[in-house]
Amino acid sequence: MSISVRNITKNFGDFTALKGVSLDIPDGDLAALLGPSGSGKTTLLRLIAGLEFPDDGEVHFDGQDTTALDVRDRRVGFVFQHYALFRHMSVYENVAFGLRVLPRKERPAEAEIRKRVMRLLELVQLDWLADRFPSQLSGGQRQRIALARALAIEPRVLLLDEPFGALDAQVRKDLRRWLRQLHDEIHVTSVFVTHDQEEALEVADRVVVMDHGHIVQVGSPIEVHDHPATPFVCEFLGSAVRFDGVVEGGQLRIGNWHRASTHAAGAVRAYVRPHEMAVLPGIVPEAAASFAIRHIVARGGLARLELSAEGGAIVEAEMPRHKLEAAGLAVGSPVSLCPDVVHVFPA
Amino acid sequence: MAGPVSNALNRSPAAPVSPNRRRVGEGPLLRAFLILLALAGTFFLLVVPLGVIFTEAFRAGFAHYAGSILEAETLHAIYLTVLTALVVVPINLFFGIAAAWAITRFAFPGKKLLLTAIELPFSVSPVVAGVTYLFLYGAQGLLGPMLGALDVQVMFTVPAIFLVSLFVTCPYVARSLIPLMQAQGADEEEAALSLGASGFIMFLRVTLPNIKWALLYGVILTNARVMGEFGAVSVVSGNIRGQTNTLPLQIELLFNDQNVAGAFAAASSLAVLALVTLIARIAVERLAAREVKAPRKAASVGVSG
Amino acid sequence: MRRRVLPGFGLSLGVTLLYLGLIVLLPIAALLIKTASLSPAEFWATVSSSRAVATYKVTLSSAAWATLFNGVWGFLMAWVLVRYEFPGKRLVDALIDLPFALPTAVAGIALTGLFVRKGLYGSLLLPMGIKVAYAPAGIAVAMAFTSIPFVVRTLQPVLQDLEPELEEAARTLGARDGQIFRRVIFPVLMPAFLSGCALAFARSLGEFGAVVFIAGNLPNKTEITALLTYIRLQEYDYGGAAAIATVILASSFLLLLAVNALEAWSTRHAEPR
Repeated sequence: MSISVRNITKNFGDFTALKGVSLDIPDGDLAALLGPSGSGKTTLLRLIAGLEFPDDGEVHFDGQDTTALDVRDRRVGFVFQHYALFRHMSVYENVAFGLRVLPRKERPAEAEIRKRVMRLLELVQLDWLADRFPSQLSGGQRQRIALARALAIEPRVLLLDEPFGALDAQVRKDLRRWLRQLHDEIHVTSVFVTHDQEEALEVADRVVVMDHGHIVQVGSPIEVHDHPATPFVCEFLGSAVRFDGVVEGGQLRIGNWHRASTHAAGAVRAYVRPHEMAVLPGIVPEAAASFAIRHIVARGGLARLELSAEGGAIVEAEMPRHKLEAAGLAVGSPVSLCPDVVHVFPA
Repeated sequence: MAGPVSNALNRSPAAPVSPNRRRVGEGPLLRAFLILLALAGTFFLLVVPLGVIFTEAFRAGFAHYAGSILEAETLHAIYLTVLTALVVVPINLFFGIAAAWAITRFAFPGKKLLLTAIELPFSVSPVVAGVTYLFLYGAQGLLGPMLGALDVQVMFTVPAIFLVSLFVTCPYVARSLIPLMQAQGADEEEAALSLGASGFIMFLRVTLPNIKWALLYGVILTNARVMGEFGAVSVVSGNIRGQTNTLPLQIELLFNDQNVAGAFAAASSLAVLALVTLIARIAVERLAAREVKAPRKAASVGVSG
Repeated sequence: MRRRVLPGFGLSLGVTLLYLGLIVLLPIAALLIKTASLSPAEFWATVSSSRAVATYKVTLSSAAWATLFNGVWGFLMAWVLVRYEFPGKRLVDALIDLPFALPTAVAGIALTGLFVRKGLYGSLLLPMGIKVAYAPAGIAVAMAFTSIPFVVRTLQPVLQDLEPELEEAARTLGARDGQIFRRVIFPVLMPAFLSGCALAFARSLGEFGAVVFIAGNLPNKTEITALLTYIRLQEYDYGGAAAIATVILASSFLLLLAVNALEAWSTRHAEPR
């Protein structure tokens, strides 16, 4: 089922959470709403679910207007950030809830309910926990039960609010992979909210970057990572060093470093990711800038360098450790940077 | 010119929590109906009974009211009630602090049992409390023969009133301190000791400032219950007019004497005490909430008996 | 056991134990010793006399009615105070504690003054044939009044902590308001509700001050058990007083146990914090 959000505005008192937001998510997609807190991503998710109603604009499922449809009639599977499992019910009863509250005519027989609940518990690989209570489960298990409960109503779309937010780092990684697999298996259109760029890039087919109530960019993980639409996206999707540069005569110039550029002439902001620049030992006159090494973090074959110019901010760079050692670089050594890939925005 | 500026993330302010979540029972009709029902119930169940005390007390005019209050027996009852509070509250304050300190700061076997024992007086009916003292100190009681031989009379005297009042109010201070002191933990006190403070200085400068509001709250509750206790006191006091009659007992005497206006006049002074207690409770809660960021509502406990 | 760093263990525990022993446990022991001095036949004769049994019936049934009322009204008040905003809410919230702050003798004469023939309520109810003052109904009224705060105050924090997400989750799963209340909200409140009711019931059973004013205290009709103890004392029937007091004491301990068991049961699914 495709989701289409058309020109939605939502205010909470004086605070405008969403300003004229439009978004299309095709059938079967797994989309991530990515942004810092306060960017409006959770509000957008709740609006799609029908837990909030927009002040202006429409929500369509498969071209059909659902804006005025009550959440209980919308058939969305919603997984809450802290799961919102019913703590007085067993795991089994939690998953069965959506079936038990159906109108008498539509309600399946007890045997049918049992069959469907057990099938879902098998799907999330927790059928052996059917008789436990939520308080007896680990965080990762609760998350999966919440998902099974949401799937029990055979939702038209699946919505997840910060699905991995409350979990430990390791569980989080496993669950991410598992959610991706699950989506490939059941193929229901899914949207999840996250503030973690790594999570969004790793799990989603489509990343929707939001900031201050606007959608800033929509694209595949590779698109948003490699071609950020704005400085905000560039900064949000991983660390980047920012340089002030200038474009003149078809040349982008940062310090003494320059390269041909098709950008319009004028002052520009240029962002370079730590792994997309060359670190040269010593003061190199034709480099973009020179620094002293403040700190070296060696991890695996890669060394992360913290650099700073006199009195300047700390800047991150990366280089292979064997090169670091071959060049005899240590804390206090001068180095120069030459960008390989530059993301250029008008200043 | 090259100027590296930053690689920091852009931080936005946190989103406000949605204030208009749809919750069960939000239908305007149902809501208005329930609120009206609650308001009406509060009025007829609580406000009217409180009001009737004062209207009855002043029914025969202010002069009569003043006369009733200033009557020698009633004045003596007021004096005895205040005296009892002055004796009982400090003792139970001291006990409450000691008990809370032992329970929240040390691990020892039988702690749960001790907690239960401290709360025991809450579950003993006031009349039964009075009866237990009778069977301890009375002529028919456990210590009766011994006290008789020494020619010491405890029952039906003012000290007996003190004793049962100690019994019925001993849990209040401890009850209001224990949850707070449990939550606060001993870190600050251990820090004070590590900085060289003596035990006494630590208590005065660290413990006491941290628990002062809960302590005050416990004192307010103790005081209200001491001054209002009826059942237990009525068993052990002997109801000797002008001697062992506290204010609640005086109300009963006047009421049984058909002196309704006098009874209500006496009652009005205790009703004022109750109002002061309620206001003090709110004030203490607010002051405490202003200092601590966790204004957990203190567990409600019965005050009167 | 952890080495004790903080001072005052011996002093504080010593004071606590000594004081509890002298002020609380010794008198209770004295009562039990007195009761134990009765022969089983004497004891049984006293506690099963028709007058005593009549007091049990009056006390239990009045307490049951009072608790029933407080269950319903307490639930309503807790719900309204937590869920809704309205002018005067803080005042209403503060007034809930009035019955705890008001001495029971005062509550007793206020209620009596309201329900007698010439009283504000009595003058309305008596013509309709409803007799409250000096009748069993008066006992229930007095008990209900003095135990008003229990249900409200035990429910309020639980209701406050009820996450809106639970209701939203139920809603996304298709539940209607009535179903959410019945299947999600009420079961969560149930343990606190029951323990509030049990506390109110226990308090009603032990209530004395408020009841003696309004009850009329007619043997076999409007006499509560606590009053019978009192009367036995005044008749110098110390054995009888001890026996009946022991019955009251035992029943309140049983109730206390029941409340504790209920709380243990209700927290069995609680989140470990």
